[in-house]
Amino acid sequence: MKLHKYALFAVASALILAACSGAAPTAPPAAAATPAPAKPTEAKPGEVITIEYWQYNFQSRIDVMNDLIKQFEAANPGIKVIHNSEIPNADFQAKIAAAAPAGVGPDVATLFNGWLTGWVNAGYLVPLPEKDFPPADIEKNFTTLVQGTKFQGKYWAIPTAVRSLALFWNKDMFKAAGLDPEKPPATLDEFVEYSKKLTKTEGGKITQQGFAVEMTGQAHQWFREVLTRQYGETPFSADNKTLNYGSAKSCEAFKWLTKFETEYKTGSNDLFDGATTAFTNGKLAMHIDGSFRLGALNSAKGLNYGVAVLPTKDNIKANFGSFWTHGITKKGAADPKRMEAAVKFLKFITTPAAGTAWVKGTGELPAQLSAAADPALAADPKLGAFAKQMSYSVATFFVDEAKQRQNLIDAFDAVRLQNVEPCKALADAVKKDQALYDEFWAKNK
Amino acid sequence: MSLKNRRVVWAYIFLLVPLAFFLVVRAGPTIFAFDVSLRAFNPMAEIKPYVGFDNFARVFKDIADPDHVTRKAFENTLKYVIIGTPIQLSLALGIAMLMNSIRRFRTIFRVIYFIPFVTSAVAVAWVWRALYMPDFGFLNLVLGLFGIPSQRFLFDPNQSLLSVTAVVVWQGLGFAVIIFLAGLQAIPETFYEAARVDGAGRWRLFGSITIPLLNPTIVYLAVLQTIAFLRMFAEVVNLTRQGDGGPVNTTTTVVLRVFREGFGSLNMGYAAAMTVLLFAMIMVISIIQFRLVQRRVEY
Repeated sequence: MKLHKYALFAVASALILAACSGAAPTAPPAAAATPAPAKPTEAKPGEVITIEYWQYNFQSRIDVMNDLIKQFEAANPGIKVIHNSEIPNADFQAKIAAAAPAGVGPDVATLFNGWLTGWVNAGYLVPLPEKDFPPADIEKNFTTLVQGTKFQGKYWAIPTAVRSLALFWNKDMFKAAGLDPEKPPATLDEFVEYSKKLTKTEGGKITQQGFAVEMTGQAHQWFREVLTRQYGETPFSADNKTLNYGSAKSCEAFKWLTKFETEYKTGSNDLFDGATTAFTNGKLAMHIDGSFRLGALNSAKGLNYGVAVLPTKDNIKANFGSFWTHGITKKGAADPKRMEAAVKFLKFITTPAAGTAWVKGTGELPAQLSAAADPALAADPKLGAFAKQMSYSVATFFVDEAKQRQNLIDAFDAVRLQNVEPCKALADAVKKDQALYDEFWAKNK
Repeated sequence: MSLKNRRVVWAYIFLLVPLAFFLVVRAGPTIFAFDVSLRAFNPMAEIKPYVGFDNFARVFKDIADPDHVTRKAFENTLKYVIIGTPIQLSLALGIAMLMNSIRRFRTIFRVIYFIPFVTSAVAVAWVWRALYMPDFGFLNLVLGLFGIPSQRFLFDPNQSLLSVTAVVVWQGLGFAVIIFLAGLQAIPETFYEAARVDGAGRWRLFGSITIPLLNPTIVYLAVLQTIAFLRMFAEVVNLTRQGDGGPVNTTTTVVLRVFREGFGSLNMGYAAAMTVLLFAMIMVISIIQFRLVQRRVEY
């Protein structure tokens, strides 16, 4: 009896399924996803255009943006900006993806630079209008990092601020270990020596870590864009089609990184609830992280730390730059009046002045060179290190940031936890990444 | 309309609410998922073209690749079922039999075992994360008292899956115990007495009376727990570092893969194809298990 019921159910679902696929149009599901464009009538005096702006939830960013919006609305009485900043970073893309089919969501959105290709491929963003954002001006006035977001020959987004990596060190721990608290390691070799000296163990358990590789944090970026270069490799070919960070030279860099756990045992991201937490709580002496961490570290009680440029090798300097950038969505572009308002808003939040406000509130550096060149920034004891490295920072051309990150995390774990040979683990990971790029470029000829 | 008829009408009207809920919240999305699985479905894109069975072909290709994370997800999910279900059922049965044989404090024990079941999986996971912590976690402190070296549990690829399974087993134990207890209490004491008179020992009583008469309960629980293990998600997300199903994908599950692929990489079509496969797996396993329970219980 029971079986019959199941069979019936299976047949029924198959029928419904067939009906669905038969009936549903292959063409785009109408223009349902985008609101019908309003009739292009002249804007009446007193009429208010409302646009929606979304960014992820991060208090200091929200505060600065609220201020900017207030100024913008005062200068443009005909425009009202709704600020949605409720979504946590980790869910941001998922929520956008959920909102898009419903035809709701932002007119101007802030996205991670590594997501840009995906958003453009989905047709979610429209190119920045060239008359409002001339490419020549972008290339002249903004940090070179922004050029990394040029895709299909166009600019699709523009940032207020950018970040880079730096070495954070705990001065009290340096002092306790007999090291000069004002002299962080300058080279990779010194970095290893210091890590060892700063590690303390008790009964086989690490009680104080010198350095812990946080692959789930910034270490994969550090490896991909910085360490490989310092070991003489160019991680990406100029056309971003060939990945070289799985090469023999890159593997030397990778081995250097794995040794902190397999050989020197100076710490692990598995301990003390992760390296960032460990550094904040004084259980880790040296940490590689981004400028966005400054806010949280400054509010940590009793933490006496410094920020320095990344250690070099053979005098090769390199850094990884990343940024959250703002683009105009298809929804924003659907209505000429909203598009006009969106362009005005986007221009307003990417001026040098906005960048200066941003760095004060968030610790991220202004994307406009004129604001970034402010001598006060370079002289700042914490921000100075980031500012100094900006000129040679490189933004990675990601095609699937989440997967590329995971592949390196897995490679690192395979080495330290499963004794896989480092070069094999790395080569496997980069092979997977290369497949993602091959697929991406096959779609974007 | 007679009073009786009117009552019946009202009963149907009230039943319409859960029916509507079922159709809108359960059946609708399920059918939608079948449709999605046949498309190149990027939720951010306007055009989501049909691609036939391409998504399924990709899923099967990835399952065939022993190093692929999708393969690992299916493997792990089966491991959770194969390891978790028998352990959970035998533990629960043992505890239920012990509780059935005592008279005092039975209610207290019942409450103790049931509390984890009504606690949020997220809260449970984070408490266990702390217990499992390498070096200074509670479990390692206990092991240290016995001179056993510190274990890495969730961070060791050889222990991670078992560590996750243990949490899930522990959390679901109370429910299984209560159901077993009800089943045990439904077995008439006279059967045992008669068998004892005939000279049956403890194991004979267990094997020839308890187990056969509990068969419907066992299968019911087996089906339920199997499905629970097949759908595992929240526990892994909250127990593993950044919810990535690591280390080295040793704890990832099919549902976690669905989430990552769908919302992380925006390959909703591929993700939906995996859910359809999971749906088929759950259906087949359930049918087999229900057929087992349909075997008549001989008194």
